[in-house]
Amino acid sequence: MTIKKIFIAASLALSVAAAAYADEQKAPAAGAAPAMSAPAAQGAPAATAAAPAPNAAASVATPAPATPAPVKKELKTNKTITIGMFLAIIAITMGVVVWAAKQTKSAADFYAAGGGITGTQNGWAIAGDYMSAASFLGISGLISLYGYDGFMYSVGWLVAYITVLLIVAEPCRNAGKYTLGDILSFRTSPKPVRAFAAISTVAVSTFYLTAQMVGAGKLMALLVGIPYKMSIIGVGILMVGYVVFGGMVATTWVQIIKAGLLMSGAFLLSFLVMIKAGFNPIGFFNTIVSSPDIQDHVSKLVLKDGVILSGMDAGQRFLEPGLYLKNPLDQISLGMALVLGTAGMPHILMRFFTVPTAQAARKSVIIAMFIIGGFYILTTLLGFGAAIHLTPQGITAIDPGGNMATLMLAQQMGADIAPIVGDLFLAFLCAVAFATILAVVSGLVLAASAAIAHDIYVNVIKDGHADQHEQVFAARATSFVVGACGIMIGLAAEKQNVAHLVALAFAVAASGNLPVVILSLFWRKFNTAGVISGLLVGTIASIGLVMVSPNMTYPKVVAAGAKKVVAAMEKKQAALPAGQTLTEKDAKALAKAKVDAQQDGTSIVGLDKPLFTLKNPGIISIPLGFMAAILGALAFPNRRSEEMFDEVYVRQNTGLGMAKAVEH
Amino acid sequence: MAEKQYDWKAIAKNPKFVELHHKKTAFLFGWWIFSCVYYFLLPIGAAYTPGIFKVKIIGVVNFGYIFALSQFFVSWGIALYYSHVANKDFDRLTRELIDELHL
Repeated sequence: MTIKKIFIAASLALSVAAAAYADEQKAPAAGAAPAMSAPAAQGAPAATAAAPAPNAAASVATPAPATPAPVKKELKTNKTITIGMFLAIIAITMGVVVWAAKQTKSAADFYAAGGGITGTQNGWAIAGDYMSAASFLGISGLISLYGYDGFMYSVGWLVAYITVLLIVAEPCRNAGKYTLGDILSFRTSPKPVRAFAAISTVAVSTFYLTAQMVGAGKLMALLVGIPYKMSIIGVGILMVGYVVFGGMVATTWVQIIKAGLLMSGAFLLSFLVMIKAGFNPIGFFNTIVSSPDIQDHVSKLVLKDGVILSGMDAGQRFLEPGLYLKNPLDQISLGMALVLGTAGMPHILMRFFTVPTAQAARKSVIIAMFIIGGFYILTTLLGFGAAIHLTPQGITAIDPGGNMATLMLAQQMGADIAPIVGDLFLAFLCAVAFATILAVVSGLVLAASAAIAHDIYVNVIKDGHADQHEQVFAARATSFVVGACGIMIGLAAEKQNVAHLVALAFAVAASGNLPVVILSLFWRKFNTAGVISGLLVGTIASIGLVMVSPNMTYPKVVAAGAKKVVAAMEKKQAALPAGQTLTEKDAKALAKAKVDAQQDGTSIVGLDKPLFTLKNPGIISIPLGFMAAILGALAFPNRRSEEMFDEVYVRQNTGLGMAKAVEH
Repeated sequence: MAEKQYDWKAIAKNPKFVELHHKKTAFLFGWWIFSCVYYFLLPIGAAYTPGIFKVKIIGVVNFGYIFALSQFFVSWGIALYYSHVANKDFDRLTRELIDELHL
């Protein structure tokens, strides 16, 4: 297989180049600098973490994040050790790919690992697939800066799995084969349904993938100083390699390895934090409340609300809600998208086709829930630990979004033992972040290419008449194309704010995919018209609402905010005694505001200001998706769909007539 | 993959299947709705009744923190309970049904 050789050669060349680049790092990293000041938007929770300012005007009013302290602080990684760890991870996962490539002979092997993954393995893989770099860097960062709200934010990510466990996992294992389209096309007209399901899958995967890729590039620039473009290409080549050659087997093992590394890292770091706290949780919380730095940080935060707090009151406030999540409706809307969207995510659904039985599917969700839940509980220790030992001021000096808190904590906790241990621990966590990105993006590429190759090519274009060889070739070719597109989108989106794309992916999955999955599985009267109207309305409503929401840029709103800043700054300057000028920071803010105030025009869809005030569309689009699906089915009743419900229902409950698993 | 032909309608009317289906539906949707309600109490409560969330329970640890933490244990509890019931009742009913049908 010459392609394999070329690929291995290319990745080796890339690794060597990365190592060589690292040696040149004696000069200050030019690539890292812009990424430092850009709010690090690297995916899921950090998505919102990245932009604490609710709108552009507010971010202009608080110029602090845009212009850090005159002496730029940086998280210093030991390049040799870090690159070594990266290479170790690449080497291990490459070994898995080579082994997996030999196992992948049929389409079932490629998409579903032949159904030969055990419940325990699948549980770890689900956890590995789900916990993005943003979960592990972003959530603990949020906790370290905003206390209680950061922790509250993480709860929905676990609760989402109750829906997965109770509603979709077992029926999907029993009713489906490789994709969302398989479940939906059972008792409907297969061609249009598969086509729509595939479009929805590709849309959700693209949103999520873009956010992850851009995040990956910025994170790598921040951590090891690899330039943005090079990290996107590097991560992209590896991701394509895993999927094209190893299919689901390799993707699963990359996810398992990553989940193992992540849990070990989080556990070890929490253990070190607890040693410092003398294993006394009450004492740990007392330390938070009585820390003068945290008190000072909180009183500045609440000052924005016009509330004045000081001393222990301010410390206590850190453990209370409302420092970060200010809009309750937005929060509830996001919760709905999370709780319902996770179960509609194509890459999560796909993981249930890899296990042999419904029992294994059930077991895998429960294992995943314990891993994911355990991890989010540990993030409290990491986040609060970082707030205590590094102080919120120290964390924001490195990264205003708080995304570096965990890594800084690892370095400091390790350095307290010996300096080299700090470097090793930091390098280890950087490598975990890298493995995390690889695991998540591989799962997404696989889901998108399965939708295109299996649903569109094999079942719509070829009417299901394609032999195994052709199916596997189609799957590999599509994965290659999807991966290549992922790289190109990643490169093109460098300067874009992609934070809202994660929320959008969950909203589309919750409003488009989940209603039709639930109704297909549980409602006798459901049919083709219902699937299509549900998918269309749910998807269009969530995308449409985001397009008119505050997530978009509104030049006139930005200009109006900037004008206020200009007025405030000029007033401030006028109030100064003669001869004195504004501080450097204020002067910069004034200059920037003057430029921004010139902006004119409309948002992408031609609006002056947002039509819809929430950032998360779920609260409107989810009910719309359900209603459209139900009304569509009722408007165009179909006898055949109703008659076939018995079959669907018996199948999903008993597993009768299910494809048998292949032993590996 | 030659699939066996089943009389799906007959199986769907089988009393064992009807029992399985009733038990499962009640259990799954019942606990799903419970977990959703319990979860949404967190963002709704934090936004509209912050006073309750601030009540200190153990030392400086307040109700809000304990409530958020309880979400994890409630979720795990539902998962374990479901697994217990499914292994004990649902899987047994399914096996009996399949045995009865001589499949």
